[in-house]
Amino acid sequence: MTDDPHNSTPLSDLPSLRQQLASKKGKTYWRSLTELANSDAFEELVRQEFPRQANLLDSLNRRDFLKVLGASLAMAGLTACAPQDSNKIMPYVRPPEEVTPAQSQYFASSHILDGYARGVLVETTMGRPIKIDGNPRHPASLGGSDVFMQASLLELYDPERAQQVLNQSLPKTWADFLAALGDLRASLGQGENLRFLTGPVTSPTLQSQFLALGEQYPQARWYSFAPLERANFNAAANQAFGQIYEPVYQFSNADVVLSLDNDFMLTEPGHLRYSREFAQRHQPISNEGTMNRLYVVESSLTLTGSNADHRLAVEPALVEVFTAALAARMGIAGVTAPSGEVPGQSWLDPLVADLQRAGGSALVLAGDRQPPAVHAMVFAINQALGAVGSTVNFIDPLAFTPLAPETSLAQLVSEMNGGQVNTLIMLECNNPVYTAPADLDFGTALQKVNQSIYQGLFVDETAVAATWFIPGTHYLEMWGDARAFDGTTSLIQPVIQPLYAGKSPYELAAALLGQTDANGYDLVRQYWQTQPAGTGSFDAAWRDALSNGVLPGTAAQAAAGVAEVNTAAFTPTSQAAASDLSVVFEADPTIWDGRYSNNAWLQETPKPLTKLTWDNAAEISPETARQLELITGDVIEIVAGARTVEAAVLIVPGQPNRVINASLGYGRRTGGSVMSGLGFNAYALRESATPGFVTGVEIRKTGRTYPLATANDHWTMENRDLVRSATVEEYEANPNFAHEEEIPEANLLGEWEYPSVAWGMVINLNTCIGCNACVVACQAENNIPTVGKDQVARGREMHWLRIDRYYTGPIESPEVVYAPIPCMHCEKAPCEPVCPVEATSHSAEGINEMTYNRCVGTRYCANNCPYKVRRFNFYKYIDESILSLRPMRNPDVTVRSRGVMEKCTYCVQRVNHARIQAEVEGRPIRDGEVTTACQDACPTRAIVFGNIQDQDSQVRKLKDLPLNYGMLAELGTQPRTTYLAKVRNTNPLIEDQA
Amino acid sequence: MEVTDETRVLEPGHTYNSATQKILDIPLSRLRSTPIGWLIGFLIAFLIMNLLLIAVGNLFVRGVGIWGNNMPVGWAWDITNFVWWIGIGHAGTLISAILLLMRQQWRTSINRFAEAMTLFAVANAALFPILHLGRPWLFFYLMPYPNSLHLWPQFRSPLVWDVFAITAYLLGSIMFWYMGLVPDLATMRDRATNKWLKRIYAIFSFGWRNSARHWRHYQSLYLLMAALATPLVVSVHSIVGMDFAYGLVPGWHSTIFPPYFVAGAVFSGFAMVLTLLIPLRKFYRLTDFITNRHLDNMAKVMLAMGLIVAYGYTLEVFNAFYSGDMFEAFNAVDRFTGFYSPLYWGLILSNVLIPQLLWFKAVRRNPLILFFVSIVINIGMWLERFIIIGASLTKDYMPSSWNLFTPTQWDVMTFVGTIGLFLTMIFLFIRVLPAISVFEMRELVHHTTHRDHKTLPAASQPQAKRGTHGAKR
Repeated sequence: MTDDPHNSTPLSDLPSLRQQLASKKGKTYWRSLTELANSDAFEELVRQEFPRQANLLDSLNRRDFLKVLGASLAMAGLTACAPQDSNKIMPYVRPPEEVTPAQSQYFASSHILDGYARGVLVETTMGRPIKIDGNPRHPASLGGSDVFMQASLLELYDPERAQQVLNQSLPKTWADFLAALGDLRASLGQGENLRFLTGPVTSPTLQSQFLALGEQYPQARWYSFAPLERANFNAAANQAFGQIYEPVYQFSNADVVLSLDNDFMLTEPGHLRYSREFAQRHQPISNEGTMNRLYVVESSLTLTGSNADHRLAVEPALVEVFTAALAARMGIAGVTAPSGEVPGQSWLDPLVADLQRAGGSALVLAGDRQPPAVHAMVFAINQALGAVGSTVNFIDPLAFTPLAPETSLAQLVSEMNGGQVNTLIMLECNNPVYTAPADLDFGTALQKVNQSIYQGLFVDETAVAATWFIPGTHYLEMWGDARAFDGTTSLIQPVIQPLYAGKSPYELAAALLGQTDANGYDLVRQYWQTQPAGTGSFDAAWRDALSNGVLPGTAAQAAAGVAEVNTAAFTPTSQAAASDLSVVFEADPTIWDGRYSNNAWLQETPKPLTKLTWDNAAEISPETARQLELITGDVIEIVAGARTVEAAVLIVPGQPNRVINASLGYGRRTGGSVMSGLGFNAYALRESATPGFVTGVEIRKTGRTYPLATANDHWTMENRDLVRSATVEEYEANPNFAHEEEIPEANLLGEWEYPSVAWGMVINLNTCIGCNACVVACQAENNIPTVGKDQVARGREMHWLRIDRYYTGPIESPEVVYAPIPCMHCEKAPCEPVCPVEATSHSAEGINEMTYNRCVGTRYCANNCPYKVRRFNFYKYIDESILSLRPMRNPDVTVRSRGVMEKCTYCVQRVNHARIQAEVEGRPIRDGEVTTACQDACPTRAIVFGNIQDQDSQVRKLKDLPLNYGMLAELGTQPRTTYLAKVRNTNPLIEDQA
Repeated sequence: MEVTDETRVLEPGHTYNSATQKILDIPLSRLRSTPIGWLIGFLIAFLIMNLLLIAVGNLFVRGVGIWGNNMPVGWAWDITNFVWWIGIGHAGTLISAILLLMRQQWRTSINRFAEAMTLFAVANAALFPILHLGRPWLFFYLMPYPNSLHLWPQFRSPLVWDVFAITAYLLGSIMFWYMGLVPDLATMRDRATNKWLKRIYAIFSFGWRNSARHWRHYQSLYLLMAALATPLVVSVHSIVGMDFAYGLVPGWHSTIFPPYFVAGAVFSGFAMVLTLLIPLRKFYRLTDFITNRHLDNMAKVMLAMGLIVAYGYTLEVFNAFYSGDMFEAFNAVDRFTGFYSPLYWGLILSNVLIPQLLWFKAVRRNPLILFFVSIVINIGMWLERFIIIGASLTKDYMPSSWNLFTPTQWDVMTFVGTIGLFLTMIFLFIRVLPAISVFEMRELVHHTTHRDHKTLPAASQPQAKRGTHGAKR
């Protein structure tokens, strides 16, 4: 380049430009080139790299210039290669140990939700994560999973994840950020005007980094906020005990459970374990003692409420009245019985008797929607019952709490508005511009901050508003650590290189500390090296911790000397008039607080109770709908004080009257294309004084309608005994109740014979809580496409496994039953003989198989399937053009194309894998060796799969129980998937509102 | 027997030549003298047919998803249209084969047209089993053909029986129709003035020379074909009925379906013949050949078939409750009161109540009212098929999976487009081939004139012709 006449001009920003180009890959690279093409720096780059072409630049007219520019762009792409070393590449001569093609490897890691870890096992094949399940050794998961854990796989591969450092929404590089950070750190001083905002952080390493930052900037202040944090519980603990504790419940010890608006099966950080422990004891065949009983008093229809033996749906403000009446009845000193009418009056005496009989084996919990007074009364009730230490333990807080709990987000916002904040660093903090209480107007306040730094996985509302945005890493891409609900520490280990060049929060925190080149591995490892070691070498302990996924013995000890409850904490909360409408806010059962709104698997998962997909809605009871003259789909304006929002109505039986249930997380504007235009933003109604519910709400009709796509429109079973249930008394009187109306089958056709194994499944309706984890697990395992709202509305969802939800009993206070419906793999399958091309056939092991290549798509099989488990590719639903999703797919499962029927295969790829393994080892397949994806995912172990010809197999033993029945068996289909009928442990002293 | 206006199948005064001339004038007229009415009608039909082309093009490019079908309702308008069209395709062969065997003389002036209509209807019907497939390009998987996989279709599936039944019916109908055409094609060859036309008709007339030996072979073969075609008339729709009877969907699973479907098919077939013939005879002034006696007879057949169909409806409802099967009973009640109940009551009105007008001779002999009734029956039969096929699927065993069916514009375009295709083919047929069998009309002229004069010397009859009129009353 010595002959370049332009070389003499100084090119100050050329290196950064080249670096910027080098940091990008693939399509974005080209897109950003186009963006760059207008800049002077780009012209300079062309001059330097291609001097001859650059000579033309001055002499060309516009038209020719464009031609040359096109060519330059093409050649400019080559420059990305130039600065790199020309290393030789070689194929594997000796492949890395342990990597065998088509052989999966499993790595332990931790999925973090609102700071709390749940252990996971990540299945990878050829270096690609393809499936996530719970880690059986982790106390918060016990091998079970929830929809968020399952769907975090899709989040990893989401092509819309942030891929670029942004400054004022302009693309920059990490190096640019470090340069700017250097200047910034120089100006921080003691950190007088520096503020940190984080979510709940339990990571020991990150906490140590925060402490180091606190030492560097002693004047800086820390705030913590998450939309679904335990704010009321903490406030109550502070008032009642004078300090904050976290609760850890022991459902395995609980005979009687009363939940006061606590959806512990979904929203508690330990919900997977709680669900397991609760469900194991909530069945008549349990061998762990007596069957437990669940009472729920709640202000919306929740997953937990739907599994209750007795459920009372009340307005949110009345939960406190009920609690006060209960506490007074139990003789809690300092609680005065409420004067007015108490909901569920007929319940109180039997409930109190039941709780007191159980004593220390009783458990009362309150949800964070309820004000501190309710929590305080619950503390006192548990103490009075002797439950503390038995069914509930208090531990010291796990999350980083640098300040007293009264200093809330509101204070930060007032500081920001007051100009006291020059620099705001938002780390491990989920999108506060969107999730912060509406009255704070966090977004406007953020504009008054000179420098704000925000890290996230998506370019969301906060990323756009912040000065600097740093793309984060997915937990499958980074090193880290975190603690579970009970304090158990586990490590986060990456299973793949960062796909989009993000930085982990550990690396960002290190950069803030000036360690600009630190990497996550060193940071986490160094932290643990400083910790007091057990016996043995650190390396061995580190390896064990990585392979087990947990650090042994790190569970928190119950706090000693928990004080008596301070009766001042019982002061009743001021109540609104009972006739008003109220709005309750809840975590969305599929997209949580909005962080998963760009996840199509979760958007398309029917919400457990409403079966609504791709939207949230203003859920109201049928009675309220009648009074307000509304029907599903009507758009109403909800007015709460000065705040209004428009929402579509969805009628939901079991919802309390005069209560509008609004799930959070919808109505987002920025952050991805999947979420765009879906639902309404319930945060817009949520103020800092009313995080749980708002009373005194009015509605206005707009006259417009909005289409809602539900996957299960019908409420009742139409008197069909699809899901059979009885009370425990009925069961004891007649253990065969599930078979009363069955007609012995006459069969002209011969029976199949199975020389080796016959696969079968039992689904225990007693323990199934309807959580949907199996549905998403099936989707991940079997490469099931999502179809979009429009197709769901047309009835074309593709889930191989669905959960049917039916209401029974009176419409005012219905009971809910769930039944997961996979393929029944009928012995006499109606689908098999009708297929004209024999694309669906009976395997030698009794699995009803689909041969996709042979299927021509007559849909006759689906018409003839009484269980309606067959799914048809009306269009080509898998979009193969999205490159980033390709490595996500399970290589053992065919990706189906348009016009082909598909359905549950009992995870035949896993069966085949086990069969090959058994043949190699010259032994029969062991019981429990084959597990289906739904079985693995189930947090309560309601699904059991195995060889039904093996008399010793678990599935055979369950099938021999009197509770076992075949759905629609009267049709002569002889289903292989059978159900254990549901038994409710109702209190005979309570007359239900029937 | 006294020949009156009531019983006349041919208006008096026709000679061999006048009948031939009258019929052949239509196809043999010069291109320039094509009636403007035909041109307009053809153009409209052709434009409607293009809707089908667009809809099918889109279907092949994008998939079955363009229709409203969903997961409980795997079959909706597609199979409804299929069954409807194949039902319409029943009249032709019934008229030509069964009535031939029964020696019904009145059939002669309508059989050609009815057969052609049958062919076109069956061709339309045969489109749908292919179009409705998720992967239509693999339709041949349903055929038993030798292949390297040693894989046959599954013979237990009624859809495979359908393939055989429809193919046999289509081939049988084509051959029967074409055989009937051969003597007429020869007549056209002889009468055509344009030399190219002459050559074309010559090729298609297979060298027919009108020799007595030709006639003898012809008549025996024609009878044989009629005998072979007769069971096909019954088998096709029985098997189509079995598509549903074989399934266990409530509303499908019924032993009455085969005969009930055949009766319904004849019902709708005759209705379609009337719908087409009444305007045709008016437009081409063919009332001499297609007399009120014909309309009357067809109306009587419709009435009889309508009663069988009504019996079927009654029995379906009876069985639903008598069986004690709650799913069947639910389905019956849902038909009465559910979302699609207007369609159900619409079909009862169109197929059971309105056809009762046909008890009156005045109605049967009034072309205008008959035309109206026939249209109503066509609509009613389409509704019946949709109620059985589509509506039954919307609510079967699992309430959780219930879903309604809503047609899309592509459903409508596909269905309306097939009507366009059907009419286009009818228009072309009328223009290029004799819509009424010429040689059989000449024979009829012979009979009527000789009967009128009561001078029918047995010896003067060509022996081979005895087959068609030997058993005259």
